[in-house]
Amino acid sequence: MPAPTKMISTRWDQADGHTLDGYLRTGGYEALRKALAMAPDAVVDEVKAANLAGRGGAGFPCGTKWGFLPKDVFPRYLVVNGDESEPGTYKDRILLERDPHQLIEGVLIASWAIKAEQAFIYIRGEMPHAHERMAAALNEAYAAGYIGKNICGTDWSMDIVLHWGAGAYIVGEETALIESLEGNRGMPRLKPPFFPASKGLYMQPTVVNNVETLANLPWIISNGAVAFTSFGNEKNTGTRLFTVSGHVKNPGVFEVEFGTTTFRELFYDFCGGIREDRRVKAFIPGGGSAPWFFEEDLDTPLDAGAVGAKGSMLGSGAIVVMDETTDMVKAAWRIVKFFAKESCGKCSPCREGTNWMEKIYRRILDGEGRPEDVNLLLDVADNISPGLTWPPKQTTICPLGPSAAAGALVSSIRRFPAEYEHYIVHGRPVDGLSIGVYRPSLTPAS
Amino acid sequence: MARFSPANLERAKELLTHYPRPKSATIPMCHLAQEQDGYLTEDAMGQIAELVGCSNAEVYGTATFYEMFKFHPVGTYVVGVCTNIACLLVGGEELLDHASDSLGIRPGATTADGLFTLEEMECLAACTEAPCLQVNYRYENKVTFEGFDRLVADLRAGKRTDIPRHGTLGAVRQSIPADRRAGVKAI
Repeated sequence: MPAPTKMISTRWDQADGHTLDGYLRTGGYEALRKALAMAPDAVVDEVKAANLAGRGGAGFPCGTKWGFLPKDVFPRYLVVNGDESEPGTYKDRILLERDPHQLIEGVLIASWAIKAEQAFIYIRGEMPHAHERMAAALNEAYAAGYIGKNICGTDWSMDIVLHWGAGAYIVGEETALIESLEGNRGMPRLKPPFFPASKGLYMQPTVVNNVETLANLPWIISNGAVAFTSFGNEKNTGTRLFTVSGHVKNPGVFEVEFGTTTFRELFYDFCGGIREDRRVKAFIPGGGSAPWFFEEDLDTPLDAGAVGAKGSMLGSGAIVVMDETTDMVKAAWRIVKFFAKESCGKCSPCREGTNWMEKIYRRILDGEGRPEDVNLLLDVADNISPGLTWPPKQTTICPLGPSAAAGALVSSIRRFPAEYEHYIVHGRPVDGLSIGVYRPSLTPAS
Repeated sequence: MARFSPANLERAKELLTHYPRPKSATIPMCHLAQEQDGYLTEDAMGQIAELVGCSNAEVYGTATFYEMFKFHPVGTYVVGVCTNIACLLVGGEELLDHASDSLGIRPGATTADGLFTLEEMECLAACTEAPCLQVNYRYENKVTFEGFDRLVADLRAGKRTDIPRHGTLGAVRQSIPADRRAGVKAI
């Protein structure tokens, strides 16, 4: 049985792991001192050599992202994406609550590497405890000279501001996050022409990195890229945090070597199997946006390339397991309803399409489904994401609508057409399948 | 009320200095106003517009995008039950139904005594603790029906002093040294 590998979750069980004392006692801020003795470009090279992939969902290599910054354009900003809202994802909040100094040290190392003198930590509004922990940690770090003027006695100065979100899933998209940080409605920006690296926050060069991505930096600088790449496999280096929820016996967040463990090992060895020893019917491998996997995919490794080759994504490491008694139509509806509610309204295909898809679903669940409804769902979905392939094509600025179209909706229709048909003919789910409460006029999306 | 109290006006002015551009303080200031009044009033948004240097409509436009901001009075305790996929699979909808029966209101409504507002929430990032809910964004994990009833009874009895009234931000705030604030440095 594969064992968990602790690289960024080492202080989760340490009672004072969130305090400066607890952090310093366990080697905290040593990596920062080491980084400050290196040239910024050498830090960038180390992170590139570590092949650290972004942990927010898209998996873009962190060092490469930093490399897109135009030379000699200042000021430039680092923005930390802590707006964790992807359905099923629950890892950044733990990192923020239990080990805030590790993130701060990662922010400092990244800022040194990219020569940013100002960073912002954007935390989802619905997480006041994470805010408290991060605010306390920032105050301690300022007082101890790790942030602010002449950091660690060098002539380098930089500042970190903690920022509150206020409830909007789309703000996790990096340009929407920037809009929100500028005090606007969190709607994604059209790109091209400008990507954040060239014109981001206040139209200055900006890097937006996920919490978990930055939390890896202290380990990489302390131990080196070679040691980091000895974890995981060739293309998936280090570890990943995977959140497993739904119908497993012991749900949890697990740090495992990236690219090695399989879904089966995760479900049966780490989580104790499926509730009441039932069979897996479907599972979401990478957050609410991702197309579903099924029983035959259980032996796929948690490897970004392997999951991508099978037509889905590891995304934010959020895995939701559904057993054989689950009503697939209703499960898909709930995910579509989420996207309908969270669509920002900027692009017509998503604003209109997600809401119409949700309405059609509701008609089916209410027992009023029409024979043409499944094709109608696919037609509306195809207008948001032509071809309904994965990764999804977009008629929209960002992938929100296309995820609603080419994710759960298409997965469930292609795999379980008989369940849809049964609903349409009989007005209820196939006997023995259920989830949640069945009543007419289920709560609308908004 | 509705405009910032003198103490909160000082805090609002300090928030302005945290950012290179004042408009970035809009959302934090809206939180501050909501903390003061329990919801976001038109007067408060007008004052925020003056402070950040934009029109009232811009502040209103920003604030209405975000679900946490309320534009009418809500209960002292906003109870948000998650029904997104991870919670749905293990009883999130049943919990919302129970909450609705128990409080005697539909999701979106407030009890007549003004104590509780019930909301159906999207994923709250506590998926391994499903079904979960938040009271004023403070977590309650693996909530049973009995647990919910006990929670409501304790809130009514004033026993849950760990949960402040709606709008209250974290007890610990970031304090940036005066000479290190981006807005000050820019000047």
